[in-house]
Amino acid sequence: MSTLWLIPALPLAGALINMVFGRLIGHRAHWIAVPALAGSFLASCSVFAAVSGGGSFTSTAFRWIVAGDFEAAVTAHVDPLTGVMLLVVTGVGTLIHLYSVGYMHHDPGYARFFAYLNLFVFSMTMLVLAGNFLLLYVFWEAVGLCSYLLIGFWYTRTSAADAGKKAFIVNRVGDFGFGLGVMWLWTALGTLDYAGVFAGAETLPQATATGIALLLFMGACGKSAQLPLHVWLPDAMEGPTPVSALIHAATMVTAGVYMVARSHVLFERSGVALDVVAWVGTATALFAATVGLMQTDIKRVLAYSTVSQLGYMFAAVGLGAYAAGIFHLVTHAFFKALLFLGAGSVIHGLSGEQDLRKMGGLAPRMVITTITMTIGAAGLAGVPGLAGFFSKDEILHAAFTNHRRLLWALLLVGAFMTAFYTFRLLFLTFFGEPRMSKEVAHHIHESPPSMTLPLLVLAILTVVAGWAVGIPSDQGTRFARFLAPVFPPAEGGHDGVAGIMLVILSVVVVAAGVVLAWYMHMTTPVRPETIGQPRTPLHALLLNAWYVDRLYDRVLVRPFFAVYAFCARFDLRVIDGLVNLTGRLVQMWSFGSRRVQTGYVVNYALTMLAGAVMLVGFLLAR
Amino acid sequence: MTIGLLTIVTFLPAAAALLLLLVPRREETVLRVGALLATVATFALSVPLYVRFDARMADYQFVEYARWMPNLGVGYHVGIDGISLLLVLLTTLITPVALASAWRAIDDRVKEFVVTLLVLETGMVGVFVSLDLFLFYVFWEAMLIPMYFIIGVWGGGRRIYAAVKFVLYTMVGSVLMLVAILALYYQHGAATGLHTFDLPTVARWVMPPGTSQTLMFLAFALAFAIKVPMFPFHTWLPDAHVEAPTAGSVILAGVLLKMGTYGFLRFCLPLFPDASLAFGPLVFTLSIIGVVYGAWVSTVQPDLKKLVAYSSVSHLGFVMLGLFTLTSQGLVGAILQMVSHGLSTGALFLLVGMIYERRHTRMIADFGGLWAVIPAFSAVFMIAVLSSVGLPGLNGFVGEFLILVGAFQVNRTLAALATTGIIFAAVYLLWMYQRVIFGEVTHAENRDLRDLTPREWALMVPILLFIVWIGVYPVAFTSKMEASVDALIAQVQSKASVAFSR
Repeated sequence: MSTLWLIPALPLAGALINMVFGRLIGHRAHWIAVPALAGSFLASCSVFAAVSGGGSFTSTAFRWIVAGDFEAAVTAHVDPLTGVMLLVVTGVGTLIHLYSVGYMHHDPGYARFFAYLNLFVFSMTMLVLAGNFLLLYVFWEAVGLCSYLLIGFWYTRTSAADAGKKAFIVNRVGDFGFGLGVMWLWTALGTLDYAGVFAGAETLPQATATGIALLLFMGACGKSAQLPLHVWLPDAMEGPTPVSALIHAATMVTAGVYMVARSHVLFERSGVALDVVAWVGTATALFAATVGLMQTDIKRVLAYSTVSQLGYMFAAVGLGAYAAGIFHLVTHAFFKALLFLGAGSVIHGLSGEQDLRKMGGLAPRMVITTITMTIGAAGLAGVPGLAGFFSKDEILHAAFTNHRRLLWALLLVGAFMTAFYTFRLLFLTFFGEPRMSKEVAHHIHESPPSMTLPLLVLAILTVVAGWAVGIPSDQGTRFARFLAPVFPPAEGGHDGVAGIMLVILSVVVVAAGVVLAWYMHMTTPVRPETIGQPRTPLHALLLNAWYVDRLYDRVLVRPFFAVYAFCARFDLRVIDGLVNLTGRLVQMWSFGSRRVQTGYVVNYALTMLAGAVMLVGFLLAR
Repeated sequence: MTIGLLTIVTFLPAAAALLLLLVPRREETVLRVGALLATVATFALSVPLYVRFDARMADYQFVEYARWMPNLGVGYHVGIDGISLLLVLLTTLITPVALASAWRAIDDRVKEFVVTLLVLETGMVGVFVSLDLFLFYVFWEAMLIPMYFIIGVWGGGRRIYAAVKFVLYTMVGSVLMLVAILALYYQHGAATGLHTFDLPTVARWVMPPGTSQTLMFLAFALAFAIKVPMFPFHTWLPDAHVEAPTAGSVILAGVLLKMGTYGFLRFCLPLFPDASLAFGPLVFTLSIIGVVYGAWVSTVQPDLKKLVAYSSVSHLGFVMLGLFTLTSQGLVGAILQMVSHGLSTGALFLLVGMIYERRHTRMIADFGGLWAVIPAFSAVFMIAVLSSVGLPGLNGFVGEFLILVGAFQVNRTLAALATTGIIFAAVYLLWMYQRVIFGEVTHAENRDLRDLTPREWALMVPILLFIVWIGVYPVAFTSKMEASVDALIAQVQSKASVAFSR
């Protein structure tokens, strides 16, 4: 079906045009980039409609890599899961492209920005369309490249360039595992096609399945910023805010969740691997939430929140609740994109200020941003009725009904912290007394319609998504039923008193978090000098994100650089030294033997005589 | 006998060199244009080799044979198979590019330069097409001399040291190889009664395993290992690259290094299968050390050219790893990686040469913030860097991945160790790129550099084209080598006294 290939082709064409003719196009770049995305979204809708009945199909463009019995083609595999992902990527993508028209308006790299953004959407749609593991790996790295380019978009800033490089290298560490997993998969099964792999997964020895699944999950940890490879995502906030919204919240970072859900047959074959996924996800969810409690940079709070929410998604898929994990992925894409775009609107209105300590009292001056961001925050916190409530509740429910009580309890604690830090952010930004300088306060303004429109659309989605597809029933949510052809339905309905009790408990926890945030930031005037100050070692630990970056620097980066420097010296002194020594020895030997050639006839005659005597002596002695 | 296409492709550059000798030396433009036309014509003539090459046949094609010294068993025997086809094309593509890169950079002794370069091209193509051991050795040595002059005459400050080191180091290996060629000639003669240097004939003979096979393998292997260069025989390379002019570096990295790996493929594996298998573990070990160590040493180099030179040690480590896996994936990947490395490293050297021409320095610390000044250069540089990093969608990935798939089948641990190379490659290349291109402009001299000129665009575009082409549609290239690769593996399998199965 030809519409299918339009989905990646349009953004690719947009990217190429803006790359090649960027200098001519300049500030008209959005006239190419935004329609390209909108077209891609429409094509996605049509593809979505085609598989909404539960069908699936594949479409092969061409044979890509062939060597011996190794074969991988450029193949698209479309089923309901693909359809959902495509809608999220191109839908949220279109909104964020639109938003960028306003947000990036004054940037000299306008065309370059849209080129990269389109390139990203091309890569991301190909990632979800990919019909085999090699193609998945290719676009897995390609979205990483776009992320690298966009984090370092403001390349003159050292911090931005550093963050981009860090993201690429940390992701490469994950991809090291992913790549090995793909090789192992092929060696074990002789194919990389989804259909062949999932059909053959049952025949794999459990140890092999575990090895492959864990290696693949290593890639997911890199891409989706899970422990211990989460360190790049907070730094990635150096990129422009629309990039944080699109790539580092709504779409790219969820690729790991998508991949694990997509390959659930492999992970189930292993069993152990699923447990690892669930535990890493839960640990990350808690860890990042604790760090989010203390951050003072509005984007960093959201970044740690993203890491934490991705942890929830992994916990879900690790528990076998794949549909719940993907549902959370979708709702998170709405409310987290909304929050980032709202934060961008705030930063825009405050002339670039990102420090929560210098905000406050923005509500009357930025009404649309305040309302929409409040909806987003409520969605993230899990306030009843909003999208996050439905999806998070599904995950907690899955943990509880699978008798994973410890995981459930930890995730519930995480929900409390989430509610707290989200509303802390909201209160510090929009309510209370203004804390910015007069100069900045004077310029506060609501953002232009191109920016507020996406906020409104995302807010509406955050409100309706849960009601539309997230209401639990005996056969699971509508969303889960839609994905039933891809994922086996999770066991355990939502009936009974236990289900209602669980919902009530999680509502209480969320309420407690919100109330605590309100009590700490709204009842007494905020004193900016007390926020984000490490008053106790615990504060310091959280403020510094558990010192993980410092640990990596001491244990990995510096020792490695010491080794590099040692090797460079070793190469020059020892290896090359030996080569030159050999040369010099030969030279010395030559100089030595040259002395024999004295040029004096007498010497030669004497040598000849000695030789003749020896020869005669030898002959006589024989 | 009629003169065949392969002979024309091989000797056209040398013939042009003879003609250009008649041009007065002050006619520099005539010399340059003439040489460029000759190399472009050579490339154009080599395209039919690719088009008309029958991918289904494993045998040598475009074969030409003429008696040369019949009483010694020496013949003029040339031909190509799927293994050498792409290397011939790489050579004919890289040479005009290298020549054009020297358009302005070399303004001293232009006549000698273009003549040397043309002779070098004949030598390089000759090495890849020779099917006679004697003929091969002649080309192998013949190619050394022009390269010696290119480094020694048009090189940098320590050019004499580098040129002498390059020649002596290579000679040490090739003298041993000559001894082994002669030993092979006599052993084959004694065993079959036929004294010949003809490669296909000798390769059909199953040499008994034992000391003489091991010694001959080692003699050939040393010659080739130095050329590759494999760790620990690599230290001539950074010196040669740093001192060579851009054109020399491009040819050195683009083509000359491939002669080592090609030698392993064409001679060591089929002629000495038992020894090749026996030394496989050693080669693996050295290859992986090369991959990792080359990357590590590369990271801290302050000089761009040295950094790229050490990156070659790392990349060629991958190629060697692939060859000795003796799997279709490993071999196809290795051959493709030879071509890819020629393109991406060639591109990197060209780009380094371009900023050197502008700033007369190659020190990373002297740059920074170039994107703001020369965005087109920076963008092209980024593509070359990413190609070298092995980013999927560009050429480097396909070969590297296939090599690792091949290695994985042989030994998972080795494959995992080699795969760490992709992390380290990202470290040294991106860090270098960041320091040169990103950030604020820190040196006033960099503030008004000129962006790519039309001539420089013309150099880069063909290379970029192939970088993308191989990355997106590698089947166009791998399909030509499959039959030959499978035949080679089958040959090694059938000749080896110990069975192996992969």
